[in-house]
Amino acid sequence: MKTSVTVTLKKGVLDPQGKAIEGALHSLGFEGAENVNVGKLITLDLPDGTSQEQIKDMCEKLLSNPVIEDYEIKILN
Amino acid sequence: MNISLITFPGTNREHDMAMALKQAGATNVNMVWHKETDLGKTDLIVLPGGFSHGDYLRCGAMAANSPIMKDVIAQSKKGVRVFGVCNGFQILIEAGLLPGALLHNNSLKFICKNVHLKYVAQGGYMKPDEMIHVPIAHGEGNYFANDAILKQLEDNDSIAFKYCNDNGICDDAANPNGSVANIAGIYNKDKTILGMMPHPENATQDHQINTSARPFFTSLLNSL
Repeated sequence: MKTSVTVTLKKGVLDPQGKAIEGALHSLGFEGAENVNVGKLITLDLPDGTSQEQIKDMCEKLLSNPVIEDYEIKILN
Repeated sequence: MNISLITFPGTNREHDMAMALKQAGATNVNMVWHKETDLGKTDLIVLPGGFSHGDYLRCGAMAANSPIMKDVIAQSKKGVRVFGVCNGFQILIEAGLLPGALLHNNSLKFICKNVHLKYVAQGGYMKPDEMIHVPIAHGEGNYFANDAILKQLEDNDSIAFKYCNDNGICDDAANPNGSVANIAGIYNKDKTILGMMPHPENATQDHQINTSARPFFTSLLNSL
């Protein structure tokens, strides 16, 4: 079961990488680029039948830090 | 007095920490590898700095789930003192022993320089408004706490150190990394667990020129 977890910073948490990339995009001439945020994409294979609850547990115990990050789980096949 | 210095793959400040503790009078400083599961009888658990597990995923995230951390957490709940510096602070936060999070420095740069710290708690290892001058060396030391956590820290007198200038003023100019409220180090509610980003162990030896953190270590050992 191919699964992906996207981890992004919560709203209101400073994202200096996003800010730096936004500045670089502007200096490349892409002045319209705004609200650039950087996250992480984690893909993993799990045994078929792994429950959503177990994946959530992984996200909350290790893959994300719930204090500063949100996560989104996608089952890819 | 038994002191356990926990080491992980990538820990690199354990000998600096051992020297600082011995300089303050500690005799039994034991290095404990993270794969161990039992600390035995210990009076102080120290998590030194470094780059555990290469800082992958988030600084301290993997180390916080190492086998030894079960006993670190269990002993800390019984009141055994815990002290984490730099990556050790990040590990304590990831393990849930201290609140908040540590983000990338707002400059995105790794910062290595001396800073002034003001002690702001009413109890604990130093006196209010005492200052020390110590190095920082980190890329992810930007302390983050939402309003609720910050209020809890303030209400519980849990803020230990704030970044300040040489006159003791804690303003934006004295904040090296963007930490909320200039916070450099925090206690748990009972002040048995202390975590901080700066490196007091590197301000204790004659060869380090700066020895301003010696009284801090003396006080830490006296508390045991």
